[in-house]
Amino acid sequence: MEAVYAACVGLLTFSGIFLCLRGRTFPVVLGLTLLSYAVNLFLFSSGRLKLEGAAILGTSFSYTDPLPQALVLTAIVIGFAMTAFIVILAMRARADLGNDHVDGRLPPQPAVKPRRKKEHA
Amino acid sequence: MSLFWIPLLPLIGTLIPLLSGRFGRSACALFTGVLPAIALAIVFGLAPQILDGATLQQSYSWIPAMGLDLSFRMDGLALLFCILILGIGLLVILYARYYLSEQDSMPRFYAYLILFMTAMVGIVTANNLIQLWLFWELTSISSFLLISFWNHKSDARKGARMALTVTGAGGLALLAGLLLIAHIVGSYDLGTVLASGDTLREHAAYPVALILVLLGAFTKSAQFPFHFWLPHAMAAPTPVSAYLHSATMVKAGIFLLARFYPVLSGTELWFLIVSLTGLATLLLGAYIALFKHDLKGLLAYSTVSHLGLITLLLGMDTQLAAVAAIFHIINHATFKASLFMAAGIIDHESGSRDMRKLNGLWKYMPHTATLAMVAAASMAGVPLLNGFLSKEMFFAETLHQVALGSLSWMVPVLATLGSVFSVAYSTRFIHDVFFNGEPIDLPKTPHEAPRYMRIPVEILVTLCLLVGIFPSFIVGGLLASASSAVLAGSLPEYSLSIWHGFNLPLLMSLIAMLGGLMVYYNRRHLYHFQAQFPETDAKLVFERLIQSLVAGATRMHKFFENGSLQRYMLLLLLFALVLTAGPLMDLNTTAGLRPHLPIDAVEMTAALLLCLSALATMIWHRKRMVALLTLSVVGLIVSIAFARFSAPDLALTQLSVEVVTVILLMLALFFLPQKTPKESSPRRVVRDLGIAAIIGGIIGTINYALMTRPLESISDFFLANSKTGGGGTNVVNVILVDFRGFDTLGEITVLGIAALGIYKLIARMRLFMPAGDENGRPWARDRHPVMLAVISQSLLPLALLVSVYIFLRGHNLPGGGFIAGLVTSVALVQQYVAHGVDWIKTRLKIDYQWLIASGVLIASLTGLGSWAFGRPFLTSWFDHFHLPWIGEFELASAMLFDLGVYLTVVGATLLILANLGKLTTNHRATQPESE
Repeated sequence: MEAVYAACVGLLTFSGIFLCLRGRTFPVVLGLTLLSYAVNLFLFSSGRLKLEGAAILGTSFSYTDPLPQALVLTAIVIGFAMTAFIVILAMRARADLGNDHVDGRLPPQPAVKPRRKKEHA
Repeated sequence: MSLFWIPLLPLIGTLIPLLSGRFGRSACALFTGVLPAIALAIVFGLAPQILDGATLQQSYSWIPAMGLDLSFRMDGLALLFCILILGIGLLVILYARYYLSEQDSMPRFYAYLILFMTAMVGIVTANNLIQLWLFWELTSISSFLLISFWNHKSDARKGARMALTVTGAGGLALLAGLLLIAHIVGSYDLGTVLASGDTLREHAAYPVALILVLLGAFTKSAQFPFHFWLPHAMAAPTPVSAYLHSATMVKAGIFLLARFYPVLSGTELWFLIVSLTGLATLLLGAYIALFKHDLKGLLAYSTVSHLGLITLLLGMDTQLAAVAAIFHIINHATFKASLFMAAGIIDHESGSRDMRKLNGLWKYMPHTATLAMVAAASMAGVPLLNGFLSKEMFFAETLHQVALGSLSWMVPVLATLGSVFSVAYSTRFIHDVFFNGEPIDLPKTPHEAPRYMRIPVEILVTLCLLVGIFPSFIVGGLLASASSAVLAGSLPEYSLSIWHGFNLPLLMSLIAMLGGLMVYYNRRHLYHFQAQFPETDAKLVFERLIQSLVAGATRMHKFFENGSLQRYMLLLLLFALVLTAGPLMDLNTTAGLRPHLPIDAVEMTAALLLCLSALATMIWHRKRMVALLTLSVVGLIVSIAFARFSAPDLALTQLSVEVVTVILLMLALFFLPQKTPKESSPRRVVRDLGIAAIIGGIIGTINYALMTRPLESISDFFLANSKTGGGGTNVVNVILVDFRGFDTLGEITVLGIAALGIYKLIARMRLFMPAGDENGRPWARDRHPVMLAVISQSLLPLALLVSVYIFLRGHNLPGGGFIAGLVTSVALVQQYVAHGVDWIKTRLKIDYQWLIASGVLIASLTGLGSWAFGRPFLTSWFDHFHLPWIGEFELASAMLFDLGVYLTVVGATLLILANLGKLTTNHRATQPESE
């Protein structure tokens, strides 16, 4: 189980980081979300994997480690707030700068396939 | 009497001129002088004990764990320097009273001067290495202020900057050296360091420590090749030059050499570096001084030369040389201070310092001229003056040293050569200025200086004479005491008499006198010779160096910070890669000893699904809507995983966060392009894939290694005390609201701040709104389907009921403020989706900012409430009650705290989503409603 779990965390990190390195804001947001899944799973696993051991007193004989869970719980909520912040920042950047590139300007050599603007209101 | 007062009095005295400035110039000078005078009196009071061989120490613990004490020490060397610093300082205060003009701010000048005095006294009395360094840096800073006192002048600013850069850089080297010494010796205490010379000299790091300390000393004492800052510091007012370049600033470097002489000297390396540097400086300074037409320029280079002489003496292998060095420190301070003051008087009363214009001043200011001539004669080493005595000792020592092996004969020859030039420039100072015809176009007719302005010069010149004639009577005790401090107690036999009979040193003196006069007589030929060489301006070279440094820094800065976030991300990840991969190589086995859990088919399927969805998100990221859907699958499986591995709270949280995240991203997608253009080159894609794969692999490896190793956790405490101390059986929740309540308080504050930041970002955002989807199809006209509206509306009470239930049970069963808050938010957001913002606005009148504020406030007040009961912040309370009909229930202060969490989460989530959603309707409100 541990090997599969670690492989999943590794894969989530891989896809998250690849997306974080993209140039447009939305893929970066997707990447950050994936990365935060990976991070949360990672932190959670520092309490080791345990079946049927929820830290509710009186329900089991041996409990899992509750501390990483408490930390991850707040991390999930804060992660949401941060994702929201970045998404809104991306929208604001597009509104003010006219493009959705993370650098705030389009790269000097334009796209392999020229970007089509069909979004004319 | 307390040693502390000696540096403390001047320190307090820094404020005196600022306070007494309004009472007039004389009063200001008088008041300024009082505290240093008291400090000097204390020093004199202590002098008898010190002269008897005692070493006084006094210290208070400052940071004992790090060996840092506030500690002062008074031995012979410190005594000598204290007298010089405070004594000449007092004379300079008096002198500056008459030197400064009405336009100069006298309080500011005195404040800087006294600050500098404090720093110097601090250096010489420090008994702790770090403390010594601190005062050392303070001299650099205060001398910067003093040199740039006339800050309207460009050369004053440049000179000050140069002095600060050079001495400051040297100061850093010194810090490194001192830290190294303290590391070798194991203590910052100067007494301990001075007692462990052998340990130090035998240590492998000794050469490094020595060179670092010497760098500090040489930059401060303007030794070759760092001498260039000193002449440029002459842009300072002359009282500053008289103080800094006679008894203090430049002598700090010499003091450092003398202070560490018992521990650092005695090796081949010390003698070679110190004596050769001193010799080079002595010759260079003496030679250049002759060609300076500026009176202060001449004195500046002569100072450089004399500092070289003292350094050379300290670099010689004999104890007598060290005694001679100390003696010359005293003599140089007296004659150089008086010469600078005389130069200042000449400048002040004739308006020029150019020796080509200043001629024949003898007629106009005979008194000053006499004083200056005596001092200059002392500088040249004329018998019956103090300069002669130490120079004789110097000559005698050059004959005895053997540091250069068979080339040692060169040292006395070169020393004599240096003295030839020394005599030549001294003669020039006397003859050019006071004789040699009539003055040429001076700005004003020279006249004698005010009576009291001459007093400091008179005192110093009298000292020159007295020391010259009755050396052992005047300074014998002080010299012996200071020398024995430098030589660690063993004082060699020496005699301070004027006449030692006909011997080689006397012959050398004679050669120097005659040679100097001849050089001066033939000076025109030398000037012509020197004129052939292009003159290099140290200021330009220095500026060029600084500029090239700045240019280099800019290039490096541009390389790292070119404005592309994409690039920063790459650099950041690469750096993280380097940091994590290194330690991982040391890990021998990946798998630990902890038994693995078995895996079943369902789990395997879920893992496969997770991987496929993550890959799909990555592969289809250009089709944004599809990627979003696959992303939500990942989130779902993550929450299932939490549920599977005994974390019901996490599963609930993740699930509800997933819902709001997807809604948020879909809303955002509405305003963003639906597709990502293909713009990464194949090479970049491969590069990014590579980096991501390596980092992913590393993270997976670390995770595996972590999970398979046995767990040592502090959680047993939480498990044991959750029920008894926190009153709840859900340990995760008790940790959140009780054990680590302070963390949670911080986190909901962050949440609130993020939401408010988003609110600010959304405000007045001008967005482009597409009229149709990516394929050009218009949006459906039925914006709020009836079915959705009806169902979600009827679900609302149920959803709220569930959230209340989750909230209430949270202390004992999975649930709590975070989860309940998210569930409530989801229920309310559903209403927004179903009915639109306008519909809700008229029905739900809740200000979300208020909600956040009240949430954080309730949580904080709950924490503060425990103060009312005399308990620490966030102490919790709980008890069980019994009510008829309802039964037994529990009340806990943690629930109130959780209520704060709940309100903040609801407020923050809805503030974000409702405001974002509002943007879509603002625009559409202008369109005619179809319903």
